[in-house]
Amino acid sequence: MIKIYIPRDSSALAVGADDVAKALAAEAADKKLNLQIIRNSSRGMAWLETFVEVETPEGRIGYGPVEASDVASLIAARFYEGHAHPLCHGRVDDMAYLKNQERLTFARAGITDPVSIMDYIAHGGFEGLRKALAMTGSAIVAEVTESGLRGRGGAGFPTGIKWKTVLDAKSDQKYVCCNADEGDSGTFADRMVMEGDPFMLIEGMTIAGLSCGATKGYVYIRSEYPDAITTLKQAIRIATDAKWLGQNIQSTEHCFVLEVRRGAGSYICGEETAMLESLEGKRGMVRAKPPIPAVVGLFGKPTIINNVLSLAAIPYILAKGAAAYKNYGMGRSRGTLPFQLAGNIKQGGLVEKAFGITLRTLINDFGGGTASGRPVRAVQVGGPLGSYLPDSQLDLPMDYETMASNAAMIGHGGLVVFDETVDMAAQARFAMEFCAVESCGKCTPCRIGSLRGVETIDKIVAGENRDANLALLEDLCQTMTDGSLCAMGGLTPMPVMSAVKHFPEDFDTPIRIAAE
Amino acid sequence: MAKNRTVLDFRAPKHEVAEKICLLHGNTPDALLEILHDVQDELGHVPEAALPAIANALNISRAEVYGVATFYHDFHLKPKGKHVLKLCLAEACQSRGGRALQSAVENFLNLKMGQTSGDRLITLEATYCLGLCASGPSLMVDGRPMARATSEKVETIIAGLRT
Repeated sequence: MIKIYIPRDSSALAVGADDVAKALAAEAADKKLNLQIIRNSSRGMAWLETFVEVETPEGRIGYGPVEASDVASLIAARFYEGHAHPLCHGRVDDMAYLKNQERLTFARAGITDPVSIMDYIAHGGFEGLRKALAMTGSAIVAEVTESGLRGRGGAGFPTGIKWKTVLDAKSDQKYVCCNADEGDSGTFADRMVMEGDPFMLIEGMTIAGLSCGATKGYVYIRSEYPDAITTLKQAIRIATDAKWLGQNIQSTEHCFVLEVRRGAGSYICGEETAMLESLEGKRGMVRAKPPIPAVVGLFGKPTIINNVLSLAAIPYILAKGAAAYKNYGMGRSRGTLPFQLAGNIKQGGLVEKAFGITLRTLINDFGGGTASGRPVRAVQVGGPLGSYLPDSQLDLPMDYETMASNAAMIGHGGLVVFDETVDMAAQARFAMEFCAVESCGKCTPCRIGSLRGVETIDKIVAGENRDANLALLEDLCQTMTDGSLCAMGGLTPMPVMSAVKHFPEDFDTPIRIAAE
Repeated sequence: MAKNRTVLDFRAPKHEVAEKICLLHGNTPDALLEILHDVQDELGHVPEAALPAIANALNISRAEVYGVATFYHDFHLKPKGKHVLKLCLAEACQSRGGRALQSAVENFLNLKMGQTSGDRLITLEATYCLGLCASGPSLMVDGRPMARATSEKVETIIAGLRT
C-alpha cells in the first residue's frame, strides 16, 4: 500500500483539494493501483496547494500545485513511486522553504493527519500535558514565565505573568478562553493550527487550565472558518473519548472541559473584552479596563485569555523545557513566531522563524518577491491596524521592541505585501472605512472619528484644502489614539498615518494627476 | 403577563423552531450566538417573529435578543437570496486584485455589496478575511471558501448556481 498525502487545510480545499483526492481515487481504482489517500494538514506552502505528497523509501516526495486535471499525467508518470514530473519538487524535507525554518509550533504541519490522536502522540503530542499533570500550578506558571513567551495575539504581554494573576486570584470558578477570532487580514496561522494540529491547541489549553485551576475552557472561533470549527469540534470529541479532556484526565484528579463557540462576523470580537461579551451571548461591546479579565473575566470570573498561537506554543515549552524555547529569539522577544506571508507575494505561506529575522529576508528569501513581479512598494505588518512600511524599513529585525520604536507592530505576524500599483491614499481610506464598519460604537473617537477620517481623506485626495485637511487628519488620528477605549480606534491611525508619512505623494492631487 | 400569553397562543412554526433550538442549548443565555446561528441555518434568516420566543426561552428581554441579532454581520432579519456569495474585501485580497474582482462581479451580477438579485437567487456580500491571504482573491460560496478567484471563475460559478 502506497501512502499519498493530500491536505485537508482550507487553503487546499479552497483550490480544489477534494477534487484532486476524488480524481486520484477514481484513477487509482481504474488502474487497480493500491494507493491509500491520507488527508494530512498543510505544510503551509500556499502557492503549491494542492500539494500532494507520496511516501517513498527516500522520504516524502512532493508535487504541486496539483489540479484535478493533472492527476492523469501524474499517474502516467508513476508519481506514486516518486518519479519525475513537471510538478515534482523532490524530497519535501529538502525544500529550502521548509528547511530554513525553525518550526517548533508547526513541527507537525503537513506531516500528520489532524484528527488522528495516534498520529499526534506518535509525533510528540501530549508530552507537555503528561508532565504538567504531575506538576503544581505554580510550577507550570514558572516554566511558562521562564520561557519568555509573550502573547501572540499582537499585544505581546508576557503569558506567564497573565497566568500567575489568574493563579493567584481566589474564585470558585476560573476559565480559559482561547481567542481564535483571527480577523486580521494577512493572518492564517491560527486557522492552520485548528485545522491542522487541533490536539496541540487542546493540549495547550488544558495545561493553561491546570496552571490556574480552571476546569472549563472556551474556544471562540470566527464563523469565517467553517473548517476550523468542524475539525476542532471533532478533535475535542476524540480527545474526550481518549481521556485527554473531561473528567479525570488520564486517571488523575484533574478535570478540564472544552467548548467551541462560533463568532458571527464581527472583527471587534477579536478584542479580548468584546470576545468575553460575545461568549456571554451579548453584543460585542468592549469593556473598560481595569478590571483586567485575569481578575474579572468571563461571567465575572478570573479568566486566562490567550491567542491560539500562544496556547499552541505551550506544549513545546512544557515538553522540552523553558530553556529550549527561550534559546530562540532576540532581546525580550523569545522563541519563534509563525510569520504569515500574504498578499502580493510569489511564495506565500507560513514561515516559522525565531524573532530577529528581517522583513526583507522573509519577503525575498522565503517569499521570492511579489507575485506580480513588480517591485515591493509597501508591506502592511500586523493586520488592518498595523503600519504600512516602505522599502527603507524592510531591514528592521522583527522583534516587539524594534517594531514599536519604529511606530509599527508585529501584531499576529501577518505581512501583506503590495507592489508599486498600490494607491496608498485608498489604503488609508480603507483603514478608516474598516474601522467605521467594525467599530462596536461604544466610544466616540472610534465610532465618529473613523467616519470623519474617511471624509477627510476624500477631501485630501480631491485636493480640497489639502494642507489644512492633512493637519486635521493628523489631529483626528491623535484623538483616536489617545481617546479610544481599545486597540480598534486606538490603532487605526497606524496604517493611516504611516501611509501619509511614508507615501505623501499619494495624498497630493497634482502628483496624482501627473501619475495618471 | 397576560399579553405575553396571548402572543404565545398564536405561535407560528417559526417560534417552535426557535424554542426547540433554545432547548437544545439548554436555554442558556450565553449560547445566544449559537442559537441565532442555528435558527438562521434552519430558517435561512432570523425572523423577527422568532425573537420573542428566544427571549422568553432564555429569560432575557426582547431588546437584548434584538440587540445581539442586529449587532453581528452574520445575522439577517430578512431572507437572503438562495445562494450567498461573500467576497473578501480585506487588504491581502486587495493586494492581489480584489478590488478589480469586486467591480467585475458587481457589474456581472448588476448588484452592489449587500444586495440580492431580483429573482432572489443570489445575495452578494462583503466579508473581511477568510484566512486564505496567500492565495487571494478569495470568496465564500454558500459557506465554502474558494481561493485564487478570477472574474471568469466567479462567472462560471454564478452560471452554475443559476442552472
